[in-house]
Amino acid sequence: MSRKGLMCGNEAMAEAAITAGCRCYFGYPITPQNEVTAYMSRRMPEVGGQFVQSESEVAAINMVFGAAAIGARAFTSSSSPGISLMQEGISYLAGNELPSVIVNIMRGGPGLGNIGPSQADYFQATRGGGHGDYRTIVLAPASVQELADQMFLAFDLADKYRNPVMVIADGVLGQIVEPVEFSPKETANLPKKDWALTGCSGRAPNKIRSLVLGDNELLEHNRKLQAKYRAMEESEIRYESLETDGADIILVAYGSPSRTCRSLLKKYRQEGYRIGLFRPITLWPFPYKALAEAAHGSRMVLVVEMSAGQLVEDVRLALLNDSIIRLLGKPGGEVIQSHEVQSEIEKIIEEFKIKGR
Amino acid sequence: MTKVFTRPYSLKDVETHYCGGCGHGIVHRLIADAVDELGIRERVVGIAPVGCAVLAYDYFNFDVCEAAHGRAPAVATGMKRARPDLIIFAYQGDGDLAAIGMAEIIHAANRGENISVFFVNNAVYGMTGGQMAPTTMIGQKTETTPRGRLMEQEGSPIRVSELLAQFDGVKFVERCTITKPKNVNRTKAAITHALRMQIEGKGFGFVEILSPCPTYWGLQPRVAMKMIEERMIEVFPLGQLKDIEEKK
Repeated sequence: MSRKGLMCGNEAMAEAAITAGCRCYFGYPITPQNEVTAYMSRRMPEVGGQFVQSESEVAAINMVFGAAAIGARAFTSSSSPGISLMQEGISYLAGNELPSVIVNIMRGGPGLGNIGPSQADYFQATRGGGHGDYRTIVLAPASVQELADQMFLAFDLADKYRNPVMVIADGVLGQIVEPVEFSPKETANLPKKDWALTGCSGRAPNKIRSLVLGDNELLEHNRKLQAKYRAMEESEIRYESLETDGADIILVAYGSPSRTCRSLLKKYRQEGYRIGLFRPITLWPFPYKALAEAAHGSRMVLVVEMSAGQLVEDVRLALLNDSIIRLLGKPGGEVIQSHEVQSEIEKIIEEFKIKGR
Repeated sequence: MTKVFTRPYSLKDVETHYCGGCGHGIVHRLIADAVDELGIRERVVGIAPVGCAVLAYDYFNFDVCEAAHGRAPAVATGMKRARPDLIIFAYQGDGDLAAIGMAEIIHAANRGENISVFFVNNAVYGMTGGQMAPTTMIGQKTETTPRGRLMEQEGSPIRVSELLAQFDGVKFVERCTITKPKNVNRTKAAITHALRMQIEGKGFGFVEILSPCPTYWGLQPRVAMKMIEERMIEVFPLGQLKDIEEKK
């Protein structure tokens, strides 16, 4: 049965997790995602689940570790400074191959920063954040509905690969209220959790550990992890490519800035400009090839992000041609206004004498 | 002929990496005995710490998980909340529990999580090479207190059992040691009691075990045991600090 309603992103994410079968939520209050802890404290008891307000984000991520280790679907959410505290735990989740979901509703940094919306944790999410050679799948929604949908996907991907999955969204998406529909999906054939610590009834004991001391054992463990990450790169890349065919200008953005770009796209298309939008949906694995194809033949690629320039580095890696890449980056927990993007587009139009109708 | 002494089924028949005279082997055995006697081997999950006992998952013959340094009580909370029917215990040393993991143990205890924690206190960091622990005694020489722990500089040893016993959520606290058969039996009884209370859903149980570290105390194993009796017990008095089941 599907349910419909108006919800803010934070609440929609929480309800989606419950619909996805998650009965364990552990979290610590931090703005701008406090609606999640409040929602879970009400909702989890109603569905026979567990909510613990942890003593810290360090504890929250380790409670997720414990629940994941016994085979339960568990998740935690936080905002930037709290996610920094979870990095140790995320490295352990990756090293121990424990399926888990971590949501970061990003705010301005560094340090305590502010509570404004931001995308400045792109590096932290896509480059590891914690210690060791590991990867997490990173999903980036652009609407409340997509945030809800990605929670289903995140739990499935986590179980499929036995890996932590992150969903990262700027504070706008946590707070914005939009219509959302929850329709439980059949999960694909997910592997059985025969590795979980469920008591060794009728089987040999299981152990979950990331300390690997034997000769070459850690090398082998890492090779196994890397093979898994390659499989993710093979199968899990997601993106949206909008009117990029033959476009002179391509905007690249994710999260709420991609919505600003999308509305500008309409305006310029109406004026006859060939302008497109490329929106990565998985920030890791990043759609390098798809972006290179989309940008083929375009005059300029404009990266729009609420940080001083982090997504732009992946765009550089995709295109290997800095001369066609420009950045509109706004750090400090500030929303990028439509007129700011428009003025960058106008500059490009003028400089390259790009014709409209 | 009747067999009067066997290795507990919950303890694997393997050599451990522990130094000669170390207390961990004894404590492992007592836990394994208790698990066997309570018949919970197939529904128990142990959590190993970071420190000398990190390899406990190679020695216990049941499901075991390793936790990040100090985080075992949080991991235990996640496990128990997700599967209340499992019997969850955390096995932690003094650096793990009383230094880096102090927040996790205090809050798990105060929430009254229905778990058992076995705290092996040997007053020193073992795995990293003999540095000062929160439980290192005044005057005790370690790698990082070469002149002996000074109260003015490093503070005094933390008595974790006393600290935790004050919380309403904590239902059982006992400090024991393993210096002689009588004490070993007492320790086993405390471990068994904590696990039984968990099985019965009665709440958070904590057993602190004063344990020798001959290697980093720089003492012969027998002398190390004597050290516990002569010095350590003075700082960390033995006995039951709390038991909600105690007969009035």
